[in-house]
Amino acid sequence: MGLIDRRMGIFLAGLFVLTVAIPYGNMAMEGQPVPSYVVSLLGKYLCYALLAVALDLVWGYCGILSLGHGAFFALGGYAMGMHLMREIGDRGVYANPELPDFMVFLNYDALPWYWYGFDMFWFACAMVLLVPGTLAFVFGWFAFRSRVTGVYLSIITQAMTYALMLAFFRNEMGFGGNNGLTDFKDVLGFDLQSDVTRAWLFGLSAFALACGLLLAKAITQSKLGQVLIAVRDAESRTRFLGYRVEEYKLFVFVVSAMMAGVAGALYVPQVGIINPGEFSPANSIEIVIWVALGGRGTLVGAALGAIIVATFQTVLTGWIPEIWLFALGALFVFVTIFLPKGVLGLIEGRQRGQATSRKRSADREDGLDLDVRPESMRGGGRP
Amino acid sequence: MSIQLALDGVSRSFDGFKAINELSITVDKGELRAVIGPNGAGKTTMMDIITGKTRPDEGSVLWNQSVDLTELDEAGTARLGIGRKFQKPTVFETQSVEDNIALALANERTVWATLFHRRSATEAARIGEILELVRLDGERAAQAGDLSHGQKQWLEIGMLLAQDPELLLVDEPAAGMTDAETMRTAELLREIAGQHTVVVVEHDMEFVRALDCRVTVLHQGHVLAEGSLDHVSANPEVVEVYLGR
Repeated sequence: MGLIDRRMGIFLAGLFVLTVAIPYGNMAMEGQPVPSYVVSLLGKYLCYALLAVALDLVWGYCGILSLGHGAFFALGGYAMGMHLMREIGDRGVYANPELPDFMVFLNYDALPWYWYGFDMFWFACAMVLLVPGTLAFVFGWFAFRSRVTGVYLSIITQAMTYALMLAFFRNEMGFGGNNGLTDFKDVLGFDLQSDVTRAWLFGLSAFALACGLLLAKAITQSKLGQVLIAVRDAESRTRFLGYRVEEYKLFVFVVSAMMAGVAGALYVPQVGIINPGEFSPANSIEIVIWVALGGRGTLVGAALGAIIVATFQTVLTGWIPEIWLFALGALFVFVTIFLPKGVLGLIEGRQRGQATSRKRSADREDGLDLDVRPESMRGGGRP
Repeated sequence: MSIQLALDGVSRSFDGFKAINELSITVDKGELRAVIGPNGAGKTTMMDIITGKTRPDEGSVLWNQSVDLTELDEAGTARLGIGRKFQKPTVFETQSVEDNIALALANERTVWATLFHRRSATEAARIGEILELVRLDGERAAQAGDLSHGQKQWLEIGMLLAQDPELLLVDEPAAGMTDAETMRTAELLREIAGQHTVVVVEHDMEFVRALDCRVTVLHQGHVLAEGSLDHVSANPEVVEVYLGR
């Protein structure tokens, strides 16, 4: 069992080809067959894919259905956004070398303490990991120790991201209120509007996705990964074997949150803005749809699902914007009912696998089962 | 002989219903003990209390005359050396038979230890031994969820052996087994007693007879009688609440 099995190999090879072909088509080919905006758009998809892999790690392999993963993504994004704001320096509208424009506008006379250090790139990068990681640690510590599972856990993760959204909407928070952070100029001295920088960001996103996939694969293939699956399938049994279930959940939740943070940090310079809308519960639910659509518990499928849905969204919103949300909902219902193993399951056509996934596991003492269909569709779980 | 486990004056009620009422039991090291009793006699609650899943309202549960088990959680009691087999076979259905045993194998249980764990030759050999013992060596690579009910029972017994606990709590191991399998299970439990302490909760009287050990009869959360099977069978109260039904 290597880290790169058939499906991982095919996906990584495809990703590599894309990473070379897209910038090449953008910058080196006659007539520019790949417009610059497409490079950033695809880069954004790759960030979504990494976010989906992060969620699949906790949901697909440990049964933690987080409906708040968008929060970790947004926090990573804000950490990077804060650095980009500081890098604008005196080129802002108000030409204040110290304060970002929105602070001047809101009559701040000094930089809030929590903005200190973000002028340094390395510090911002550390925060991209540490802020989501710390939040996940504190949240998980309390939730997993009190044995909050199933639907109840999903609801409090949702509440977490909603609370953060409301907080970030407030001007007093010092993160730009509902406008968020924007008008970025450059990163490490490279102009964010230039094709070369865009190509680099795209390449970095692809690299981060590949690393995320391999890390998640390494974790799920280790013995720890087996314990995670054991927790997903029969949590109480795992406890009676002597495993401290809450420690395992905490570990994978923190790793996943950090991964989501990295995705957010790469997303922000490519879309040029981060605002509290990223914390919206609907965003987090959409991540679940990506994973379910691609194939829960497959990692590669989750990444694929994110890219498929995001592409779909771009096409549909350009074409008939009103129906996008209905289409998304319909897609989720369709996948849940007809493709319990997701698109990847369909492609690989594992008939036997499908049969066993439909076979409900025998009722066990804690009343949970391991149907691969999303928990949200089944009720179940208890506090 | 020293005492492995001592419950003293343990009570626990759920919504006013006393599932366990002033229960006192002692089990010696290496002993094989059968616990019988009608439905609702408190057998499962007793096991929940011993393993730290449920805390008693009052009373003490002492391990090796020194450790208070009521202070520990499930993982804590498991690490101390208490293994439990559930009434309904509970195995990890989406994982292979071999991996089920590997997960149970006595080992470090910390996050870091499992993250960097590599299966050693000794472990692989031990897994092979256990699979042979529970007659699942042919099903090594099969998904545990695809096993028959009886095979799952065996797999769970195998997991219990892999844990190598000092005390085995076994809840209705013979449920869903054929007569031959039942007798083999009794034989196996008799074999492992001595090196391990074994407490078996069972309904099947044939099975209890085959265990040939000291029997404790529970009724309404306390001990009604204790002694050899013939001794308790002769007790008129026992006959009334349980055997005579």
